[in-house]
Amino acid sequence: MRATVYSGRNRVQVEQVPDPRIVNPRDAVVRITSTAICGSDLHLYDGYIPTTKRGDVLGHEFMGEVVEKGSEVANLQLGDRVVVPFPIACGNCTPCQRELYSLCENSNPNAAMAEKLWGHAACGIYGYSHLMGGYAGGQAEYARVPFADVGPIKIEDGLADEQVLPLADVFPTGYMGAENCEIEPGDTIAVWGAGPVGQLAVASARLLGAERVIAIDRFGYRLRMALERAGATDVIDYEEQPDVVAALKEMTGGRGPDACIDAAGMEAHHARLPVHAYDRVKQAARLETERPHALREAIMACRNGGIVSVVGVYGGVVDKFPMGSVMNRSLTIKSGQTHVQRYLRPLLERIERGDVDPSFVFTHTMSLDDAPQGYETFKHKRDECMKVVLKP
Amino acid sequence: MTDERLTSALGWASLGLGVPQLLAPDRFARAVGVRPGARTRVITAVACGARELAAGAGILALERRRPLRTLRARVAGDLLDLALLGAALGTRRADPRRAGAAMAAVAGVAAADVVAARRVSRADANLRARAAVTIRRPRADVYAFWRDFANLPAFMLHLESVKLARNGRSHWKARAPIGTVEWDAEIVDERPGELIAWRSLHGSDVEHEGSVCFREAPGDRGTEVHVELRYAARGGSAGVALSKLTGEEPRQQLNDDLRRFKQVMETGEVARSEGSPEGHSARRQLKQRPAQPVEVGAP
Repeated sequence: MRATVYSGRNRVQVEQVPDPRIVNPRDAVVRITSTAICGSDLHLYDGYIPTTKRGDVLGHEFMGEVVEKGSEVANLQLGDRVVVPFPIACGNCTPCQRELYSLCENSNPNAAMAEKLWGHAACGIYGYSHLMGGYAGGQAEYARVPFADVGPIKIEDGLADEQVLPLADVFPTGYMGAENCEIEPGDTIAVWGAGPVGQLAVASARLLGAERVIAIDRFGYRLRMALERAGATDVIDYEEQPDVVAALKEMTGGRGPDACIDAAGMEAHHARLPVHAYDRVKQAARLETERPHALREAIMACRNGGIVSVVGVYGGVVDKFPMGSVMNRSLTIKSGQTHVQRYLRPLLERIERGDVDPSFVFTHTMSLDDAPQGYETFKHKRDECMKVVLKP
Repeated sequence: MTDERLTSALGWASLGLGVPQLLAPDRFARAVGVRPGARTRVITAVACGARELAAGAGILALERRRPLRTLRARVAGDLLDLALLGAALGTRRADPRRAGAAMAAVAGVAAADVVAARRVSRADANLRARAAVTIRRPRADVYAFWRDFANLPAFMLHLESVKLARNGRSHWKARAPIGTVEWDAEIVDERPGELIAWRSLHGSDVEHEGSVCFREAPGDRGTEVHVELRYAARGGSAGVALSKLTGEEPRQQLNDDLRRFKQVMETGEVARSEGSPEGHSARRQLKQRPAQPVEVGAP
């Protein structure tokens, strides 16, 4: 089959690789109809996620048709149309039973690798480094889906791929980011990063009853989409207003937002060149793995006693982390890889009811063969790109 | 003195000697009966002082868990000290009484270094491995699965087969870095639902004893499985070094086995990715396949 393969920093290629097959009794094989490039794939593409190898098949947002299944997969039939959640989770271990699926204790065969970096391991993830299991990803014609009796959700006809594909990752991720804010009536929520996850965090914060939602980014077209499509009430272009903390104070009568969502992650930018250069150089020299500008700002901006919700991806260690602000101002930090399985059913119902249509984040449709161009367009935000869907 | 205390005493002694050698080489030279001079000063500060500080850092910090290399380097350093003192004794620059006493002291330290290095390398041949895992299943189930030794190859990657014999004895066959190893084992203690302890019989390829203990985890968190193994690895320390090179060091092997045990008990299968098709394996983690589907019929 054809698959998108990592071939070194800033290079992916569509290559011929062996077809996947059933390995374990709880596996299924899915023929992929739509697969997306995620902002977090750009961290791989940029070479910042350790243990990514040349030849790895990328992609963790995909959907398609079940074409093969193992003997233990009773809930799916051949021909079923399914969306596959990005965390691989067994459903049996204690975290899975508590619906903390991305903490599955059984799905990462390279757990020992992750333990060296993080103390304990997290779940396996499709196409997301060997630290996360070394699973082949879904930017391909077919994918093997382990624990298929737990993960994939069946989709009835009547909804387009683009409406439900965001269920694989970005919609639940934005939603969990907003849910972690414990929104109460009258709350103001600020969201760093108006990429697809940020857009859906804005939309989710509105769904969950936030009074005001402020989107922060440096690209006009992304801020426009946040206002016009996602439901943001205000925006901050941090290249025009570099002191984001001061701007947020002004907008909130000096209090600061009740909760802040970091939907930017490890490759954030900073409007002030020396600040950006400091972390950029340390990151390039591998002295820190992250550029935590959004996270630092989110902490400094948050009101006393508020919540900082982190859904942007981080991999290792950050410098200049304002712990004094967290401690002295009683902030709560909530984070995690999304427990996607927990949100599939309720969010699918919201899509079916028409409360929200997350397909607005897709701006580009390309053939799988054009994946290299898709990565470049998305990375450099060419042609007002927000999100790319690939058709195998 | 225990191994650790002897070794760390040597580390602190290194620091205690190194600081005056480096900072006050003339006074140190006089104390050991050698008349100071430009050359003596350089030799004392660099060849002795810096070396002792490096040895102290090696034992107390850099190689703390297994300072075999530093201890061996110390033995070499002791010989150098003896040679330097001996050379000084042969000239008129030395006070024979003081220099002789210093040589005796160095010889004593050298003996302690040799003993410490041998203890560290021997402790290595007699490997102990301990690991624990929590499994979300009732204690009786977890115990019963393990107690049926024929189940063990399902999650112990290196085990080929376990055959039960009469009177609680069993015959085990496992893949080793080179060829296979076999041994007979007997159960030495058993408390149903709680503990199984065994040891290999005389003449086994792998002489070892071990125990597995099953405990209720607090607050309905399942069953804790604690395993302890004590090995005399084949080929002594050379065998252990070889097994480490191939990623089959007993501690890692035990950890991997317990992870797979948990998977089999909780999910009914061993999680396999394209990068790690055998499931958890320390050896595979060093040499991951690319994360793309495995060709049918590939190993």
